[in-house]
Amino acid sequence: MPLSAASTDLEQLKGHPAIARLLAWNQASVKEAKFDRDEMTIYLDRSHIREACEILRDDPECVFNFLSDVTCLDWFPAEPRFEVIYHLLSIPKKERLRLKVRLDGTSPVIDSVMPVWAGANYFEREIFDLFGIRFSGHPYLRRLLMPEDWEGHPLRKDYPVEGYR
Amino acid sequence: MAHLSPTPVLEPAQDRTMILNMGPQHPSTHGVLRVLLEIDGETIVRIMPDIGFLHTGIEKTCEAKFYQQVVPLTDRIDYLCPMTNNLCYVLAVEKLLGLEIPAKAQWMRVLMNELTRINSHLVWLGTHALDIGAMTVFLYCFREREEVLRLFEAVSGQRMMTSYFRIGGIALEPPLGFFDRVREFAGYFPERVNEYENLLTGNPIWMMRTKGVARMTAEDAIALGASGPTLRGSGVDFDLRRDMPYSGYENFKFKVPIAQEGDVFSRYMCRVAELRESTEIVRQALDGMPEGPIKADAPGVVLPDREKMKTQMEALIYHFKIITEGFAVPAGEVYQAVESPRGEMGYYVVSDGTAKPYRVHMRAACLANLQTLPKMCEGALIADVVAAIGSIDIVLGEIDR
Repeated sequence: MPLSAASTDLEQLKGHPAIARLLAWNQASVKEAKFDRDEMTIYLDRSHIREACEILRDDPECVFNFLSDVTCLDWFPAEPRFEVIYHLLSIPKKERLRLKVRLDGTSPVIDSVMPVWAGANYFEREIFDLFGIRFSGHPYLRRLLMPEDWEGHPLRKDYPVEGYR
Repeated sequence: MAHLSPTPVLEPAQDRTMILNMGPQHPSTHGVLRVLLEIDGETIVRIMPDIGFLHTGIEKTCEAKFYQQVVPLTDRIDYLCPMTNNLCYVLAVEKLLGLEIPAKAQWMRVLMNELTRINSHLVWLGTHALDIGAMTVFLYCFREREEVLRLFEAVSGQRMMTSYFRIGGIALEPPLGFFDRVREFAGYFPERVNEYENLLTGNPIWMMRTKGVARMTAEDAIALGASGPTLRGSGVDFDLRRDMPYSGYENFKFKVPIAQEGDVFSRYMCRVAELRESTEIVRQALDGMPEGPIKADAPGVVLPDREKMKTQMEALIYHFKIITEGFAVPAGEVYQAVESPRGEMGYYVVSDGTAKPYRVHMRAACLANLQTLPKMCEGALIADVVAAIGSIDIVLGEIDR
């Protein structure tokens, strides 16, 4: 399967049911879209993530009812620095979708999607622990893997691989 | 979390309850899981898993390695199914590269993956039964597991940390007589599964300890992100091997066992049935094993054969370049998921066009599955917690990474 160029034209990708549904709900929610290596990515506005997830979960056309994974990317020193990434799976339709939200480095805060999927709990705590991104509305946002008194967020790109000595 | 702090994080909510600390050295927590229990007599009021004792920062380490150097690291994440981790990672990188894999390599990968599943399920069955008090099953399971580990050793030189898959194919041709040994194993293994089932399935003590214990509905399982036998035990018919096939799984015919009750016994039945189905896939892989190369024809990415390297200048140059400066991967991102023995194992690999991955994230099936523990155990007895933990089949190396 030789690589073909990624498609980033929102006009062309409008036909995808998830993008169509989100645009029908709120024009401002979808910022960009990308179709690359058979994977669809939708860039969402930060303030809409929770409602967008709820719509994608409940919409009979999409039914992205399973949250596979939540993770984060650090593009230090570029701004906006962080990308929070949600991997959704539709068990009935057997499809995947990637949602992305860009966050700036000064105050990385985003709504928790725990009201939509309770399973986001550990994933969000892990991101808080390793990247220092705060999830508002999370009931128990504490470090998950590192010791409670640890300083810094190890998966940030400005954190040295061998740690601070 | 407050690992070394003497005071538990959980505070008792009422006067009549007390906090019980279980682990991280408790033998039935399968590694270093600490569970805080708030109990009222013998009944669980609240339960909180505490993880992170085995955190090694593998995701951060990956960012400092070349793409091919990450493969041995992936073994160490889930040490009971190293090949599944290898497979998931190499599939993700191959997707980033747009690399076509020869048929024989794909079939070998499927064969080894199913043997890995058998290995992992045998460890689970043995230790799970041991937790609940059935000592004999453990010894029986490890007898067969030993043979699987010998097969791993024959093919890769290692019993546990195999690192057998490479980006672009597999490391070595299987040795002479390997397929005959696997066929022999696949021949007698279903009879051995009958032996385990004779000891457990109809056993009244086993049924009392597992039936109706630690129940979870399908809705809860999906909302909490459970996958694998933990999800299928609650009646959700979903298996990535069948529903979103990868690495040539579409060529195999097998059943996906599900059970409706959502209790410990259902998950047990799912996994035992999977042992049989995996043997069936192994047999199909042996019968249909194609001939041909085991590595993709991609000189800048796949290491040349040893013989070529010693006799051909060009091969030597490629070998030197791959070892010393790696190979550049086109910028992009890929999420690849495979069905590991525990559920959906996913690798999210991001490339910025250099020879080192910008980010490697592992979606650990156990991390999500562990979240179901509080749901399963509310209102249960302390002894049921042990059964519930066993039925999720956790591997702490994968949870903490």
